[in-house]
Amino acid sequence: MSRPGTLTVYRWELRKLRAQKRTYLGLGAAVLVPVAFAIAVAIQPGGPTEVPFGSYVDDTGLVFPLVTLLFGSIWFYPLIAALVSGDIVANEDNNGTLKTILTRSVERSQVFFGKVLAAFSYSIFAILLSGTVATVAGILVSGFNPVPTLSGTIVTPEHGLALVAASLGVYLLPVLAISSFALLLSTVFRNSAAAVVGTLMFSLLLQLVVIIPGLDGLQPYLLSTQFNSWQGLLRTPADWEPIIRAAWVSAAYAIPSLVIALTVFLRRDVAGG
Amino acid sequence: MSEQPPVALRGLTKQYGRITAVDDVSLTVNEGDVFGYLGPNGAGKTTSLRMMLGLITPTSGDARVFGHDPQKSVDALADVAGFVEAPRFYPYLDGMTNLRLVDALDGNDAKSRIAEALDVVELSDRAGDKVGGYSHGMRQRLGIAAALIRRPKLLLLDEPATGLDPGGMRDMRALIARLSAEGMTVMLSSHLLAEVEELCNRVAIVRRGRIVYEGELDELRAAAGLTIRLRTSDDEVALRVLADRRGISDVVRHGAAPIQFRAADEAAIGELSRALADSGALILELAPSAATLEDLFFELTEGEGDAEAEAKRLDEVADLTGGPE
Repeated sequence: MSRPGTLTVYRWELRKLRAQKRTYLGLGAAVLVPVAFAIAVAIQPGGPTEVPFGSYVDDTGLVFPLVTLLFGSIWFYPLIAALVSGDIVANEDNNGTLKTILTRSVERSQVFFGKVLAAFSYSIFAILLSGTVATVAGILVSGFNPVPTLSGTIVTPEHGLALVAASLGVYLLPVLAISSFALLLSTVFRNSAAAVVGTLMFSLLLQLVVIIPGLDGLQPYLLSTQFNSWQGLLRTPADWEPIIRAAWVSAAYAIPSLVIALTVFLRRDVAGG
Repeated sequence: MSEQPPVALRGLTKQYGRITAVDDVSLTVNEGDVFGYLGPNGAGKTTSLRMMLGLITPTSGDARVFGHDPQKSVDALADVAGFVEAPRFYPYLDGMTNLRLVDALDGNDAKSRIAEALDVVELSDRAGDKVGGYSHGMRQRLGIAAALIRRPKLLLLDEPATGLDPGGMRDMRALIARLSAEGMTVMLSSHLLAEVEELCNRVAIVRRGRIVYEGELDELRAAAGLTIRLRTSDDEVALRVLADRRGISDVVRHGAAPIQFRAADEAAIGELSRALADSGALILELAPSAATLEDLFFELTEGEGDAEAEAKRLDEVADLTGGPE
């Protein structure tokens, strides 16, 4: 008999995600939003000039994913991440299935880490899928052309594509922190809707904190700020400071969330179902 | 035979705030037992089973299965399977996939047994359907299949016949009897005395979280005494024969209803039947009253209003059986 563990749980969590409609709701939105944006640009040229790269959407399709990232950071991508991460533990409570899996041959900690890996995998897949679709749709609408950086220089399309890929990677840092927070709420509330809405409220509140007088000094340390850190890559030379800060600030949100969630999960009584 | 009993509860207690759901429960289930954990709804049976499966942490005391503590590791449950309350599965997966999932969480040891288990519980033809469309009885049977694929030495079942139709109940009981005959130890909780009487050799009766009786079912029957219903051709004569007869007590007659009395043993009944024939009171009906054990069960589990009578009865039970613990 092979000893089951975290990877066994992870594989089956992915299998369960594939069988649930909410998975496709999030992934469908991740695909449809950039497609809708590309269609809008195709019908009515001229992008949103108030955001970085917005005024270049008619020049190169490679800025489409960057504009999508900018617009999606307030609630769209946090919502996609929360749809699964906020449900992945609470769903077991809802179905009464925790008792089914916790009385087999895997420890609670292995079940928890398997779920964390699955939630992270979904979030990563959703962001990369959305970015890929935005890139392809953008190229189809505006072409595979050189990309202007935030420093005013122009890079080749190939270099621009690499920067888009790297930007998506950096963008994942705060997204995974949001996933971790959603997992915490999912574990504590044992209710999918409360966890999803709570995560979204948390994300929106972080955006509003800086409006409060005297709290603007907190901005560099807010998770919401880290959603823009990828812009450091689009400077010449690259500005690594916001990216490094995004890494540790995101970790500062994610790790305590996961530690608290794990502690609650290990200690809780499974009394329902 | 392993040295450690399949189940050993010692001082097991679970409190939720000021409510004590399980109160200092100690009991032992021996290898080969079909052990009935009997009590009314809300008596703490399910909470006890959850602690045995490591799902709930006891406030004090401990639950051991085959000598291992399930609170420390699921390894303690290596030889244990079963379910608490209704078995639950992922409604968006089919029955077969649900069993594959739980088997994977056991190390993929039972792949070849899944089809066999589905066959045993007669779900083979619905194995490809999503569990969300299963009836309660089908989920109950899938729960049994999920337990069987582990090949457990101890099967823990919580109200296994709940929600089943009469045919389903009969099949469930037949399956439990068969598994027991094959050597599996079974512990089942139930609020149905008839179910426990039919299946179990030993029983613990729980009331408000406390064990009020633990022992052999036969001993419990003996403690309940043998109440007999009697009709004769001349009940007035029969009453005189019954009066002050050795081994006969608690003689009552209400109007035209049959006489009822308690007999110490079957020998006393045999002597009585001869005495009645000699007296000319011909026996028209002489039959044991089936309600006796049920009466004792209700007294043990509900006798709040007559604490003195309950204490007296418990003393009688203790005298006869050496219990309760």
